[in-house]
Amino acid sequence: MRIGVVTFPGSLDDVDARRAVDFAGGEAVALWHGEHDLRGVDAVVLPGGFSYGDYLRCGAISRFSPIMTEVVEAAGNGMPVLGICNGFQILCESHLLPGALIRNDARKFVCRDQRLRIENNRTPWTSEYADDAEITVVLKNGEGKYVADEDTLDRLEGEGRVVARYLDVNPNGSLRDIAGVTNERGNVVGLMPHPEHAVEDLTGPGTDGLAFFTSAVAALLRA
Amino acid sequence: MARVVVDVMLKPEILDPQGKAVAGALPRLGVHGVTDVRQGKRFELTVDELTDERLAEIHDIAEKLLSNPVIEDFEVHVEQDS
Repeated sequence: MRIGVVTFPGSLDDVDARRAVDFAGGEAVALWHGEHDLRGVDAVVLPGGFSYGDYLRCGAISRFSPIMTEVVEAAGNGMPVLGICNGFQILCESHLLPGALIRNDARKFVCRDQRLRIENNRTPWTSEYADDAEITVVLKNGEGKYVADEDTLDRLEGEGRVVARYLDVNPNGSLRDIAGVTNERGNVVGLMPHPEHAVEDLTGPGTDGLAFFTSAVAALLRA
Repeated sequence: MARVVVDVMLKPEILDPQGKAVAGALPRLGVHGVTDVRQGKRFELTVDELTDERLAEIHDIAEKLLSNPVIEDFEVHVEQDS
């Protein structure tokens, strides 16, 4: 199962994301922001980092990179797409996901091991988690506060589209403790914390993040 | 040559932590009368010739790129037309 990971100028976590895909039994494929070529991949990960230096707004300029034209089209056709941190910001700027990510309410960059509840395990990125699984993965962001208008938040909750919620501490002021959401179809997922940093015991808080990637591999095998 | 200015501000209901930080620094300067600060962005676009089509185009990029309508409002005005 070929899972592409896009590298933008300023991406940081593309190598970790590729490694997580390999750990999960998939074949990681490096994709380049400046090309219109998805290299025949079955799914795409937009990794964390500071693409284009977060100039203008986080993710705003990446949205118009050549590869994103292809990602938006493929997502519309049902391809699984996961945006982590900066990738989540890019998905919101691309209007593939509702809402926006703004500066943390505490005005500080936050880096911590974060507990989450996976509230939707019907997406191709979360299907290997048990119902309401509680996991701990790394969280690190300066602009991670999820916001949307009340109607949008109600709709997301009503339709079960909140994929992950912060437990114990809301680290950035995200409305309704939202850490991740999905689109109507359920194939596009955005997540502020970093499952790709929690895939092996040697580094990070454990291996709770690996199931994001094994889920995708399993979903693609089923497809 | 003409200069078109696009001002982008966070919507009133969106908390502006940067503005709050600036407001918090004012008392240290001995300024106590300012009750709120909101921080925005100003873009100055220089164009060769300002036509209606060009202005419409600038409105379009203000909406699509310079601002994010989920969290921000924008205003376009022509500053200099010579």
